[in-house]
Amino acid sequence: MPDTSATQPEETSGADSRTSNPPGPPGEVLRPVPFRGGGFAPRRIGVVGWILFTVILLLWELGSRTGVISQLTLPAPSEALTAFADLVRSGLLWRHLEASLSRLLVGWFFGALLGITVGFAIGLFSLARAGMVPLVAAIFPIPKIALLPLFIVWFGIGEESKVAVILFGTFFPTVISTYGGVDNVDRSLIRMGQSFGLRRFSIIWKIILPGALPAILSGMRISASIAIILLVAAEMIGAEFGIGAYVMQAGNLMATDQLVAGVAVLSVFGLTVSWLIGRAERYLLRWRS
Amino acid sequence: MDLKVDSLSHRYGEMPVLEDIDLHIESGQIVCVIGPSGCGKSTLLRLIGGLERPTAGRVLQLGDPPDGCLNPLTYIFQDFALLPWRTVRGNISLVLEDHGFRGRRADAIIDDVLARTKLSDFKAAYPRQLSGGMKQRVAIARALAVKPAVFLMDEPLSALDSQTRELLMDDLIGLWLRETFTAVYVTHNLNEAVRLGHKIVVLSRRPGRIREIVDIDTPLGTREIGDPALRDRQQHLWNLMREEALAADRELADA
Repeated sequence: MPDTSATQPEETSGADSRTSNPPGPPGEVLRPVPFRGGGFAPRRIGVVGWILFTVILLLWELGSRTGVISQLTLPAPSEALTAFADLVRSGLLWRHLEASLSRLLVGWFFGALLGITVGFAIGLFSLARAGMVPLVAAIFPIPKIALLPLFIVWFGIGEESKVAVILFGTFFPTVISTYGGVDNVDRSLIRMGQSFGLRRFSIIWKIILPGALPAILSGMRISASIAIILLVAAEMIGAEFGIGAYVMQAGNLMATDQLVAGVAVLSVFGLTVSWLIGRAERYLLRWRS
Repeated sequence: MDLKVDSLSHRYGEMPVLEDIDLHIESGQIVCVIGPSGCGKSTLLRLIGGLERPTAGRVLQLGDPPDGCLNPLTYIFQDFALLPWRTVRGNISLVLEDHGFRGRRADAIIDDVLARTKLSDFKAAYPRQLSGGMKQRVAIARALAVKPAVFLMDEPLSALDSQTRELLMDDLIGLWLRETFTAVYVTHNLNEAVRLGHKIVVLSRRPGRIREIVDIDTPLGTREIGDPALRDRQQHLWNLMREEALAADRELADA
C-alpha cells in the first residue's frame, strides 16, 4: 500500500504542476515532496502462516507422489498421517502423551517457579546477586543433556531423572529473564511506593512483580521450548513411553513415517505452548496494548 | 504542621550539591524553590521528604500532622509515577490499601478526590489512555487521598505543554482556595513560582545555597496573568537567576 501512494503523485506531477500553476515565481517546476516515511510497523496478518504451511505440505506430498522425493529419504505427509492414525487407533498415543505431558508440566512448572524465586532474590538482594549471578553464568551454558547420566546416577532411571533434566534446563533461563525484568522496573515507581509509605511486601507484590511480568513471560516462551527439547532428549534414553521414546523407537526401526508423525506431535506441543503463553500475555499485560 | 530545614548540606561523593540550607515551611503556605538546573532543588525535596539521607543537618516536623492524615509528606512527581497496569481508581486505591482502606471506605475517598480533580468520568481508564495533564491530575488526586500535611511537588507541570500547565495551575489555585494546603513546590519556571508561591526561595547554582527569599503578598486568588506587580517580581527573580543560569549552563556535567 505505501508504495502505490508514494508513486502515484509522482507520475502525475510532471503534467499537473505546470498546468494548474499555483503561486510561485513563473517558470519554476513545482514537484510534490516525495514520501519517505512509513514501514517499520509490523502488522498482524493471520492467514499467511497457514497458507505457507499448507503450500509446503502440498509440495511435499506432490514431490513424494511423483517420485521427486524418494521414499527412503522422506515419507509423504499422507504416510505420516497414516502412521499417526495407527498410533491413535492402537491407543498408544494417549499413553505417550500422558507420559510426556506430565514430565513436561512438572519439570517446567517447578523449574519456572524456582527460577522466578531465585530471579527475584537476585533482583532484590545484593548478596544473592553477588553469589548467584556468576553461578548462573557458569552453569547456564552447560548442555543439560550432557548431565543426564549424572542425573540417572543421582535420581535413578525412572521419572525423577527426566523431570530433573527439564527442571534444571528451564531454571536458568527463567532466573536470567526474571532478574533482568526486576532490574528494569522503573525505579521512579518504586520511589513513589516508598514515598507513600507502602510496605516492602506491597512494593514487591504490586509494583515490582507486575513491572517484571513482561520479561518473565517472554522468558517463559524460551524456557518452554527448552523444556520440550530436553523432554525428548531425556526420553530417548531409557523411557518406555513418551513422544521422545516413540520417535527413538521409530528411528531405530527406520520407520520414517512414524518418526515424522512423532516429530509433528512435538511441533504441535511447541505451537500449543506458544499459543497458551500468548493468551496469558494478552490477558496479564492487557494494560499495555 | 510546619517543617523546618535546619542547616542542611548534602554531597554526592566528593561533590557538594547543597550547602547550609535553612528554611521554614509554614502551614498553609506554598513555598516555591527555584534555581538553575543542577542546583540541587530536586535533591532538597528528596531530603525534605525523607527519600534521601542528608550528609549534614536535619529536617524537622513542628507539631503533629492533622487528623486523618495517612502520609504526612506526600510527593507529586514530574513524571507522574502512575502504575501503568492499574486504572485511575486502582492507582489511588494503591496508596490506601496499606492503611486498611478497602471496599466501600476506599471508594468514598476515591470518589471524593476524583470529584475534586474533575476526574470522576475517568475512574476506569488506564494511564496510557490519558493525556499528560490528566495523568498529573490523577497523581494530584492520589496525593489528596492520603490527606498530607505537606505536599512535596517536584516540577509537577514541567512535563506538560504550556496550555495544560495554565489549566493545572488554575486547578491547584482552586484546590488551595477551597482548602488551604502546605506545599514545597520545586520548579525552574519563574511564572509558576510567582503565580503559586507565597514565598519563593532562590537557590544559587551548584552547590546550592539560598541566595534570596522573596515574599509575594498578593493573595493567590487575585493573581492575574498580566499583573504588573507580579511582573516586577518575576523580573527581579530573573535578574537574580540570570547569571547563575548562564554559569550553570556552561559547566561540564562531571566537573
